[in-house]
Amino acid sequence: MSGLATKQPRSARAVREQPMLSTVAALLRKELLVELRTLESVPAMTLFAVATFVVFHFALNRGNVEGDLAAGILWVTLLFAGILGINRLFVADDEQGGFDAFLLAPVDRSAMLFAKVLTLLAYLVALELVAVPAFALLLLAPPLGHALPDLLITLALGDIGVAVVGTLVAALAVRTRARDLLGPLLGLPLLVPVVIGAARASSPLLTVGHTGVPAARWLLTLALYDLVFGLITFALFDFLLED
Amino acid sequence: MYGKGLRTLSIATVVAFATSLALVFFYAPLEADQGFLQKIFYVHVPLAIVSLCGFLLGGLLAIQHLRTRDPRWDMRSYVIIHTSLIFAIGTLITGSIWAKGSWGHWWVWSEPTLVSFLIVFLLYATYQPLRFAIEDPERQARYASVFAITSGAFVPMNFIAVRLSTAYVHPRVLGGTSNLPGPMALTFVVSVAAMALLFATLCKYELTAKHTRAQMRALRRRLAGEGDSPRRTRSAVPSSHAHGTVTARVAGGARP
Repeated sequence: MSGLATKQPRSARAVREQPMLSTVAALLRKELLVELRTLESVPAMTLFAVATFVVFHFALNRGNVEGDLAAGILWVTLLFAGILGINRLFVADDEQGGFDAFLLAPVDRSAMLFAKVLTLLAYLVALELVAVPAFALLLLAPPLGHALPDLLITLALGDIGVAVVGTLVAALAVRTRARDLLGPLLGLPLLVPVVIGAARASSPLLTVGHTGVPAARWLLTLALYDLVFGLITFALFDFLLED
Repeated sequence: MYGKGLRTLSIATVVAFATSLALVFFYAPLEADQGFLQKIFYVHVPLAIVSLCGFLLGGLLAIQHLRTRDPRWDMRSYVIIHTSLIFAIGTLITGSIWAKGSWGHWWVWSEPTLVSFLIVFLLYATYQPLRFAIEDPERQARYASVFAITSGAFVPMNFIAVRLSTAYVHPRVLGGTSNLPGPMALTFVVSVAAMALLFATLCKYELTAKHTRAQMRALRRRLAGEGDSPRRTRSAVPSSHAHGTVTARVAGGARP
């Protein structure tokens, strides 16, 4: 009986307001569809990453790298390529009235945050599907085989951090006069802990012989960072969408 | 209202600073290992503590702003963050001098506090560019508050991450007050208090100046006639909210 009583208002509320999940799904579908049709972000990010590996090859004058150096090159490249995507994340919404349309809809505003974080996450995964094999092929000295599962965990934790902070930074920067400048300027210092955690965690995986496993404290640091900034972004995102 | 207590505060700051400098040079003993150079500790560490507290306080005030929507909280947050930024520059410079003196290099990556400070400084250096890239005063205050809260939470996270990342930490002769001998601890506490007073005075001066400027502008506009469209200048953006309230107050006061 009591279960029925608690269910009643919930279903009444669902009539007025779209449930969160379907809103997020609709927004995510929209984002991915737009990206598939325009191909604005992901191809640019992947091309940028591969070009950066070539630049690193000549800048460092090395045929192959391992250990700390390899982890650093990988994460700096992923971060900078990610920033390209972060810069473009809200531009279409700002220029073509996406924000206004979304604010007119009777949906929870956090839905846009979740959709954007998932979009950015999808971009990053797409980027890494190309960039990590390219890195292994072009620059990495040890074969990637056994280290792959651990590397995937590190990549996933790092990506969540970049996606969460990137979405917040993109939303902060997009409606300013200098958005192309402010995005990276705000994002880079905020993402330093992600680079620290992710690079230190992947460094033993990219060493010749890769006997080491990523130290748990780095994965924990990454997870803690993801959690803290996830909560902060969740709490603050609504304030960026008010007008 | 903003200028109240400014004179007392200024005098207290001067007295506290004079006392702390006197203690530093005449009372605190010379450190056995580093000698006279160690005296910079009484400037560097208080600067660092005060500016970090200022960053955190700026975040708390920004929370208050988002909760109440009162632009005065945002103005306080703005003034505190930007004074903290100046103190942070001081921290980096004095830290650099200390590093050169005791380790022979202007910059050491193995000192996690200094490195964290640089990252925090780089982040907060974007606060003003972000602020002044937004024209609408209400949105500017809101976005600045979001930034201030995010960065305020970033400060401890960043310190943890950077501290973990340094494989070895330099022996911290002068970590906290607990392992300091008595006279040194006393000098240190007085220095921190003096630095905090200096910080408070500077913030109060700036708030008063902003308030007065807004008041002046409102009065001048009244003299020129109410019909004039309000002009918005770039540097005075944060005070332009206050200026709305001041106009309202002046107009309300004029009515019988």
